[in-house]
Amino acid sequence: MANYHIKLEGELEKQATRKSFGEALVKLGAKREGIVVLDADLSCSVQTAKFAAEFPERHFNMGIAEQNMLGAAAGFATRGKIPFACTFSVFATGRPWEIIRNSICYPNLNVKILGSHAGVLTGEDGASHQALEDIAIMRALPNMKVVQPADHVEALSVMEKIVDDYGPTYLRVLRQGTPLLYSDERPCNFEFGKADVLFDSGKGSGSKPGKVDLCVFATGALVGSSLEAALKLTEEDGKKVLVYNMSSLKPIDEDAILEGAGRAKVCVAAEDHNTIGGLGSAVADVLAGEGVGVRLVKIGVKDAFGESGKPADLYKKYGFDAEGVYKSLRSTG
Amino acid sequence: MAKELSIKDLEKKASELRIAALKAISKAGSGHTGSSMSLMDALVTLYYAGGAEEEDYVILSKGHGAPAQYAILADKGFFDKSELDHLRQAGALLQGHPVVKIPGIAVSTGSLGQGFSVAHGIALSLKLDKENQKVFVVLGDGELQEGIVWETAMSAAHYMSNNLIAIVDNNGLQIDGSCKKVMNVQPIRDKFVAFGWRVIEVVDGHDFEELIDAVRRARAEERKPVCIWCHTVKGKGVPFAENKVEYHGVALSEEEMKVAEAELKCN
Ligand SMILES: Cc1ncc(C[n+]2csc(CCOP(=O)(O)OP(=O)(O)O)c2C)c(N)n1
Ligand SMILES: [Mg+2]
Repeated sequence: MANYHIKLEGELEKQATRKSFGEALVKLGAKREGIVVLDADLSCSVQTAKFAAEFPERHFNMGIAEQNMLGAAAGFATRGKIPFACTFSVFATGRPWEIIRNSICYPNLNVKILGSHAGVLTGEDGASHQALEDIAIMRALPNMKVVQPADHVEALSVMEKIVDDYGPTYLRVLRQGTPLLYSDERPCNFEFGKADVLFDSGKGSGSKPGKVDLCVFATGALVGSSLEAALKLTEEDGKKVLVYNMSSLKPIDEDAILEGAGRAKVCVAAEDHNTIGGLGSAVADVLAGEGVGVRLVKIGVKDAFGESGKPADLYKKYGFDAEGVYKSLRSTG
Repeated sequence: MAKELSIKDLEKKASELRIAALKAISKAGSGHTGSSMSLMDALVTLYYAGGAEEEDYVILSKGHGAPAQYAILADKGFFDKSELDHLRQAGALLQGHPVVKIPGIAVSTGSLGQGFSVAHGIALSLKLDKENQKVFVVLGDGELQEGIVWETAMSAAHYMSNNLIAIVDNNGLQIDGSCKKVMNVQPIRDKFVAFGWRVIEVVDGHDFEELIDAVRRARAEERKPVCIWCHTVKGKGVPFAENKVEYHGVALSEEEMKVAEAELKCN
């Protein structure tokens, strides 16, 4: 059991990473006077309302005008501030995309973009509000970093790093709670460009890590689902499984991908995002670039829009809950 | 055109439709209560008082008000009324925001500002085809903060798109508070006038006589796009939700639904 790293028994406590972001923002805002927050009429949903109450002079509600919000953020960054431009992922990345490209990434400005309510996990609002291509379109921009924390603890760690780091960054957080994976026993120390092994039932007793049937690269809410699925596969099906938390989507941990793939019969990428252009594509690029001939199975939304539904119902329907991921993994390897 | 309804009949119809929309949202446990109530009477004017002809387009650029239009489309037989029981659920026809797969919905909306621009494209295309239909498009007052709204306003005046009629649901509220406080969009009349539009003000956006008259005048305009600037009450018809920003995007609980239904039935 020691190899599993993470406690997975019973009902896991959950918290939405958007809340963690809001908490961290207030804490960091007190320490860093350069932090300013820009909103687009969703300050309760994206959890910036607390920052607004605490530091009203450093909070700017730009109204329902996302393009202007990102342009203004570029202006703040030009003068050395650390602006956080915050709204739903679709409107944070899609609506102002070309402004992000030309006015933020091209001059390499220190703008932090917060996109909440990503993925089909957004639920009832439906396709128009479920960002499924945000990772792809942000990843394609030079200078842009892309991060999606898997749980509350990691989100706090990510925020610490983001404010100390320089450069445009897209932080993807979720509306619904995700299980708490990290704890005092298994602390989180997020670093850009680093993946984290959260489960390894193929570790073996020797000094060299053993072969595994499956190596899963997961991000966001799919990390929790993948861990539960991996545990079940190990215990009930006698499979050996390795699970990486890929919170740093760009830069991506090429060494980890090559190491995991090197041990695996089959690789899997799991994300609540279109299978085109997201984590799966990033992993595929690394594998193909190095000539690693291992099969890569993508779990994600297959070139489609989302739909309305209760988050849990949609996770079941799309196979993103633990049971769904388990079934995909079992049929894969 | 269907037989003329009296003002009393229209009021009764609007109350029934409010109940249907609220029930759908309440059953879904999610949806935009306040936003669906403020635009209902304008939609009833279009669909039941001869405001819009059958061939006209009625587009919700403020797509989150969809339950109001869904209730109307169900009542008109575009789809079965039972669809309202599945609003926002997995696999349902009725999505959280309008989408063209739903009978009676011409434009997929939900991302604010865009429906207005698409509506104008339709208006231009109608003129190209020498068709007489009108394009009605409903916008929120907060929605007017989007830049694309003013790009559309500019181009509609430029092309003298008098077949485009925008209805601004001026309920004074958005999500983070009053529009004035969040990002002042007033003076709305002066802005549209400066952009080359004709503006018709409706002082009480829940008064059918005023609404019918405004739409009639808008239809008769020969040169300019028309903005019907409607002063409305967010949550209209549900006393405890009226003018309350907290009811923008939440469903009524079962208890609240009972109270709301009783209130609406006495009207
Ligand atoms: C581009 C875009 N940004 C943000 C949102 C989220 N949102 C949905 S409704 C709303 C407020 C709308 O206010 P208003 O236009 O006044 O409509 P009301 O509900 O008051 O009728 C916001 C910000 C959205 N749907 N689209
Ligand atoms: Mg409003």
